[in-house]
Amino acid sequence: MRDETRQQEALLEAIENVADRIDEEKTHLTDLDSAIGDADHGANLNRGFKAVMEKLEEMDDDADVQEIVKTVGMTLVSEVGGAAGPLYGGSTMTASTELEDGITVESSVAFAEAFLEKLQDRGDARIGDKTMVDAITPAVHTYKKSIEQDDLPPLEALAKAVDAAERGVEFTVPLRASKGRASFLGWRSTGHRDPGATSTLFMLEEILETAEQYLEGDTDVDATSPTIPDEAPEEE
Amino acid sequence: MIGLLIVSHSGQAASGIREIAMEMGGDEETIAAVGGDPDGGIGTSIDDIQDALSELLAVTDGVVVLVDLGSAVMNAETAIEMVEDEDIVIADAPVVEGALNAAASATSPKATVESVRESAEEAREISKL
Repeated sequence: MRDETRQQEALLEAIENVADRIDEEKTHLTDLDSAIGDADHGANLNRGFKAVMEKLEEMDDDADVQEIVKTVGMTLVSEVGGAAGPLYGGSTMTASTELEDGITVESSVAFAEAFLEKLQDRGDARIGDKTMVDAITPAVHTYKKSIEQDDLPPLEALAKAVDAAERGVEFTVPLRASKGRASFLGWRSTGHRDPGATSTLFMLEEILETAEQYLEGDTDVDATSPTIPDEAPEEE
Repeated sequence: MIGLLIVSHSGQAASGIREIAMEMGGDEETIAAVGGDPDGGIGTSIDDIQDALSELLAVTDGVVVLVDLGSAVMNAETAIEMVEDEDIVIADAPVVEGALNAAASATSPKATVESVRESAEEAREISKL
């Protein structure tokens, strides 16, 4: 997808799909957050993405992908209000510099890595803290490995990343939170799906779905399938 | 003169802490308080933090930021990055006690952001009983 206009079109559609999905799921996200947090994740993200859509409408038609992505980040930073603002928005802003030459296989990996690095730095969270890091880290690592080592086409790599994120979300359920508001609950945070990890998965699912339309071809994403790991040791 | 910015999830909490801190030193211009998300609910707003920092920097030599918890810390960090001024630090201190200590030391003619941050962080040792 080298054509600039087509990249912009795909990007804008992905953002709109993410915004719609967050709107649809806002109550669900807030319910998850009311179980272990401060019950604002759905409403905060929805306010942020509503503002993003307004900002994008005002934007020049010739804005390149880097500008568009940076605007998404800045708007989330300004409008979200909770921790998701600096985490999603700040990381998006920082990582947008990797898209200077548009969206390529290489720049998408660089974007994902830069996003993850900023996210971990800002939130100071690690895998197992029961946060969005538990979904994003395996997704980014899987995407990078699928592209760089397994030479998979980007769409397949993205599908694997989404699957990895889904398993990351499930991984948060039995964990006790050690970051964010949920950590104040101690053991009582155990047994609940993390809202931040869940919103990450929703966004990645929408990005994958948009990518499928633009990159052609279909990918089977069966997150419940245990057969997905491609490195499962062979049985003897 | 070093400025102080108190950031809380609640605008009322932030103003209340500011009032208490002002008894120790500083005035309306040099101690600021922000709180509440962009809709005025519980949370913090990066834009509000940024505006308050810029106003304080206009009348002081640097700012020490006192934060309550979680997203207030992250939003303050992000706002500081956006203001791009080296003379702003966040104190790793309890917000009320830290603000009192900082307000007392910020008026000293020799105060620097580092010295005020240190006094704020000494508040971690304050025992109540």
